Amino acid sequence: MKPHRIALLVALALPFGIATSALADSDDIVVENAWARASIGTSRPGAVYMEIRNKGDEPVTLTGLQTDLAMMPKIHRTATDEQGVSSMSPVGEIVIAPGETVALEPGGLHAMLMQLQRPMEESESFLLTLTFSDRGETTVEVPILGIAARGPED
Amino acid sequence: MERRSVLGYGAAALGALGLALFVGWWQVDGPGGPEPDGRRPLPLTAMEFDLTDHQGRPVGPDTLVGSPTLIFFGFTYCPDVCPTTLADISGWLDALGEDAEQLNVVFITVDPERDNVEAMAEYIGYFHPAIRGWTGTEQQIALAVEGFRATYEKVQTDGGDYTMNHTASVFLFDAEGRFVTTIDYHEPRDFAVPKIRRAMNEEKTEGAT
Ligand SMILES: [Cu+2]
Repeated sequence: MKPHRIALLVALALPFGIATSALADSDDIVVENAWARASIGTSRPGAVYMEIRNKGDEPVTLTGLQTDLAMMPKIHRTATDEQGVSSMSPVGEIVIAPGETVALEPGGLHAMLMQLQRPMEESESFLLTLTFSDRGETTVEVPILGIAARGPED
Repeated sequence: MERRSVLGYGAAALGALGLALFVGWWQVDGPGGPEPDGRRPLPLTAMEFDLTDHQGRPVGPDTLVGSPTLIFFGFTYCPDVCPTTLADISGWLDALGEDAEQLNVVFITVDPERDNVEAMAEYIGYFHPAIRGWTGTEQQIALAVEGFRATYEKVQTDGGDYTMNHTASVFLFDAEGRFVTTIDYHEPRDFAVPKIRRAMNEEKTEGAT
């Protein structure tokens, strides 16, 4: 394909939200409804949310994250105990059973972006790569919504 | 003899029943009843702390008495629960429309080391304009948190950074400064606006209770 054709395809695809579908190295893993909140500067960590669906017949294991936006992207879980106290801790690997969807959503799992390399500006986007133990990688384009966003539709 | 022992058993049975009733009352409705945070927050009129709002003005519990109040603890370096709760609160305030103007809505930081007046002002600027941001010295923040019977704790993270564990419930007080209820993080969000209305109406039903 000629370079200008590729450019045209990208230009066509962008408005329709590559954001919500994986650029995919694996057809078995579908990432949907990805979004992140804008940041104030670079000293505060960012958070990314999405749904990861395993369409395959085998379990898949999410082992890590990569993005040029942050030095330390990690999966975290927020837990709120019976006293109403919230805390956050890193989650190791996440196993997704065949046919199952894991939701990263406010107050539960999130991809925490620590050591931001540049501010997360509202209405921009960035690429986030999810690494799986045996299914390679899946890269998603994550749209950056406002600081007060509550979900992918905000 | 026989009669006495029957009476004795009767008295013991009554005593046991009474004790059971008392224990039941104590645990359900009495002072031993469960509170969302183990202990009930003090009335605002019984709290003492001196903080600074996001406009640099001195504030304290007295600032809040006279209007119903909604208070939330958090910190601006909080990536998940705090922006989510502030966004929720903003949504509830939108749902209340003009009535929201009668409310004090305050976000108190538990991380005064990083959240100075400027940081609070910038952060709350992204949410509903009724939300105010309070900060202060470590000591005064600790005093405030204690009054609400809330907790917070600094936790080191692997990047050499730190995060804060903290009570994520939203506290509601009536216009007299009496604690009404909390809106907990995991309860259905639909319950929130009716609870806020309840705190707002508490003054009107005063005397009826
Ligand atoms: Cu986190």
